[in-house]
Amino acid sequence: MTSTNKDSVLVVLQLSGGNDALNTVVPYSNPLYYDNRPGVRVPEDQVLQINDEIGFHPTMAPLKKIYDEGNMAIIQGVGYPSPSRSHFRAMDIWHTCEPDKVGDEGWLGRLVRDLDPQKENVLTGVNFGRGLPRAMAVMGVPVASVGNLETYGVLTGIADQDQRARALDVFSKVYSPMIGQGPTVDYLAQTGLDALAGADVLSKAPEMYRSTVEYGGDTVGQYMRNIAQTHLAGFGTRVLYTASPYNAFDTHAGQQGNHPVLWTDTSRALANFYDDIKEHNASENVMILAFTEFGRRVHDNGSGTDHGSGGHAFVIGDRVKGGLYGEYPSLEESKLLEGDLHFNNDFRGLYSTILEKWMGVDAKPIVNGSFEQLDFV
Amino acid sequence: MAKEDVALMAHLMRRAGFGAQLEELEARAAKGYEATVEELLHPEDQPALEHDVIKRYRTDWMIQAGLEQQQEEWTYEMINTNRPLLEKMTLFWHGLFPTGHAKLEFPRQQYTELRMYRELGMGSFRELLLGLAKDPAMVYYLDNCMSHKGAINENWGRELLELFSLGVGMDGQFNYSEDDVKEAARAFTGWTVANAVPRYPYGRYQSRFVYDPTDHDDGDKTFLGETGNLNGEDIIDIIVKQPGAARFISRHLYNYFVADEPHVPAWKDTPPKDPEAIKMLEDEYFRSNYDIRSMLRVLFNSDFFKNARFAKVKSPAETVVGTIKLVGDFTFPKPGLDAVTMTIRYMGQDLLNPPTVEGWHTGREWIDSGTLVERINFTADQVGNADLPGIKAIIQRLAANGGSLAPDALVNGCLESLGSYEIADETREQIVQLAASEGEIRTDSEKFPGQVTTVLQSIVATTEYLFA
Repeated sequence: MTSTNKDSVLVVLQLSGGNDALNTVVPYSNPLYYDNRPGVRVPEDQVLQINDEIGFHPTMAPLKKIYDEGNMAIIQGVGYPSPSRSHFRAMDIWHTCEPDKVGDEGWLGRLVRDLDPQKENVLTGVNFGRGLPRAMAVMGVPVASVGNLETYGVLTGIADQDQRARALDVFSKVYSPMIGQGPTVDYLAQTGLDALAGADVLSKAPEMYRSTVEYGGDTVGQYMRNIAQTHLAGFGTRVLYTASPYNAFDTHAGQQGNHPVLWTDTSRALANFYDDIKEHNASENVMILAFTEFGRRVHDNGSGTDHGSGGHAFVIGDRVKGGLYGEYPSLEESKLLEGDLHFNNDFRGLYSTILEKWMGVDAKPIVNGSFEQLDFV
Repeated sequence: MAKEDVALMAHLMRRAGFGAQLEELEARAAKGYEATVEELLHPEDQPALEHDVIKRYRTDWMIQAGLEQQQEEWTYEMINTNRPLLEKMTLFWHGLFPTGHAKLEFPRQQYTELRMYRELGMGSFRELLLGLAKDPAMVYYLDNCMSHKGAINENWGRELLELFSLGVGMDGQFNYSEDDVKEAARAFTGWTVANAVPRYPYGRYQSRFVYDPTDHDDGDKTFLGETGNLNGEDIIDIIVKQPGAARFISRHLYNYFVADEPHVPAWKDTPPKDPEAIKMLEDEYFRSNYDIRSMLRVLFNSDFFKNARFAKVKSPAETVVGTIKLVGDFTFPKPGLDAVTMTIRYMGQDLLNPPTVEGWHTGREWIDSGTLVERINFTADQVGNADLPGIKAIIQRLAANGGSLAPDALVNGCLESLGSYEIADETREQIVQLAASEGEIRTDSEKFPGQVTTVLQSIVATTEYLFA
C-alpha cells in the first residue's frame, strides 16, 4: 500500500520519565561534563561526534545516520520558565502548554479539532497505548486510543465472530443518539459511536500492511510499527502519538546499564519507522517529534541522575532542515538553575513552528500565546 | 422479597460501597435499609482483613513497594473489605486531598496517608484536617516543609483553603482573600517533616511530622477576621466554623454519593443542583460538631439520595472493583490482580497518582473514546467468563426458573443480577431481540451459559451501565 493522504502528518513520540540530555547529546569536549559526571558518563572515545563539542550517545548510530543525511533537527536546551521537576506536572505542562495553571485541554487535541472541526474523520488523531494522554484529550474531540492494533475494537472478548457481530449491531443501535436524553448521555452515545467507527476502520490496517522492515520487540518499537501501519493504510490520520511506558527514562539508578538499552531501542524504533515509510514512498508528508518532560540533574548521584530541566527534543523528516537549533545550555555552575541546565528555547516555540509551518494552523490559541519560532521547516 | 427493596439496596451498596452480588443484596434488604446504613456507618464493628496472612502471599506488598504494587494492594482492599463505606470514604478523601506518587520522599508514604483516612475519615472534619496538616506525604507534596519563618511558601496555605476546606467562594462571594492565604501560610510555618535516617547510604525511610518552634512565625496574624498569634491548629479551628466549610464538604459529599455536580472551580458562582439537600447536610455539619459520619447518616437516609439512581457516571475504580466483586474473582491474593488494577489506570484513574492537586475531574469527563473502549471491553470480558463464580451463580439462578426462558425474562433476570439496572425501552428491545436471535432458550442446554453471558455483555456495553 502506498496510497497515503498527502496532507501533512505529525508523529509524536513521548520519552516518558525525563531523558538525560547530557548523556544523549554529549558535550564530550567540555571538562565540566566529566567533573559533574564522575559515575554516569559517556567516555569521549565512544561518542558519535556531531562536531568538535558534542556527539550522540554510542547507541544512537541509526539516528546519527539520519542526522548526517540532513533530516534531523536537534532542538537544544528546550524548556520553559520556572520548570517543574515533578514528572506529572512537567508532562502536563508539555501536554497542555499551561505552565502556570492546570490546563485541561491537550495541544494535540486542539490541533485535531482545528484539522477536523466537523469531526468528519474519527481517526484524525490516533494514540497508541492504553488510555489517552492529556496531550490528545479535549472534551468532545474524538481521538482513537489503541492498546493493540491487531486486536483493537469494541467487545473484542467475544470469541465467536457471528455472536460478536450481533452484539456490535446492538451496540451501534443503543449508542445512536436518542431524543431527550440530555447532554451527558448524548455525549456518551456519540463517544461510543466514534469509538466503534474508529475501531472498524483501524482493524483493517494490519492486514493491508507489507514491509521488509523488522521492528524491535520493545513497546515503542511495536507501537511505531502500528503507527506506520496506520499511516500507510491511508485513513487520513494526521496526528499519531505514542509514549515509552512506565516512565522508562527516569534513570535515578543504574543509568549506565539502562540508559544505553533505552536509546538502543528508541533509536532503532525511530529509524525503523522512518525507513519503513520511506520504503513505501510515504515519508514526504511526515514529521516526527520526540520529546521528554525534562532533562536530568547536571551532577550525577553516583549511579544515576535526578530530575532536572532543560532537555533536548528531536525532529525528523524529509522536509526537516537538519542541524542544531538553540544553544547547548552552559554547564558552568553560575549559569545553572538550581543545579540544572537552563533552557534557552521555549517548547511552545517548537510547537508553534510545527503547528504553523508544518500543519498549517494558527498556533497562538493552541499554545496559549506567541513564541519565537525555529526555522527547521 | 420486594424487588424495589432489592433495587434500593443495590443503589445503596453501589454508592456506599463497591456494589454487591444479588444474594448479599437480598440478605441486606431482609435486614432492612436503615439497619444496613448503620452497619456501613460503623466499620469498626466489622473485622479488618487479615493483612498478615495476605502478605505471606504478597511479600512485595511489605517492602518499599512501587506505585503499581500499592495500587494493587489498595484494589485488593476495596474488593475484599468488610468495611465498604470506610474504603469508599478513603477513596473520597484521596480524591479530595490528593497527593501524587510523582512527588514523594518515600514510596510508601501515601500508604500511611490512606491509614490516616481510614482512622479519621468518618469522624470530625476538624480532626481530619489536622491529620492532613500533619500528614508527611501532604506536607512534602504541598511544600509546607519549604515554608519558613520570614520566607513563606504559600502552596499548602492556598490549597488548604481553595481545594481542601472552603473553596474559592459560594453564593457569588469569595470565601477568603489573598491575605488570608498568606496569613494561613505564616501560621503553618514550622509544620514540617523529619526523616530519621539520612537518605544515603541506606535508602529512604518514612518521614514523620515534626513541629519546629524555632521556625514558626510567632507574630500576630489576621485570618478570616480573627487576630492573634495564630498557629496552624487555630487556622483549622477558624476554617471549620465557616459556613463555607459546611457548604464545601456538603457539596463534595453530594457530588460523590448522590449526583454529579459541576467541578469545584465553578462552585463560587454555580449554585448547588439541589439546594435543599445541601442545606440538610450543612445543618447536620454544624449540629453534629463537624461529624462526617452524622452527615453520611442524613445523606443515605434521605429521599434525595434514594431517588438519585443512575445519576452518576461511575469512576474507573468503581467500575473495576464493582465488576470484580460481581464476578466473584480475587477473593484471595492470587496472581493476576496487577493486570486488573492497571485497567483502572487505563480508564483514566491512576490511583495514588492523580493528574494534579485538584484530583480527578469526575462525571462525564471520565469518558473519552479511549477510556470508553477500555471500560466496555474490561467489563464485557469479565461478565463474559462463565467460569467465574459470580457469573456461574447468575447462570444457575436463572436456570432455576424452569426449563425454558422467554427472551425478555432472560434480559430482566440479567438486569437484576447486575444490580437492578434500568435501561431505556429502546435499548431493552434491542437486547431482547439479540437474546431471541438464537432460538429457544433452554436452561438445560449447553448453549445456555453463552446465551446468558451474551446478554450480560450487551448490558454492560450500554451507556446506562456507565452510570451508578
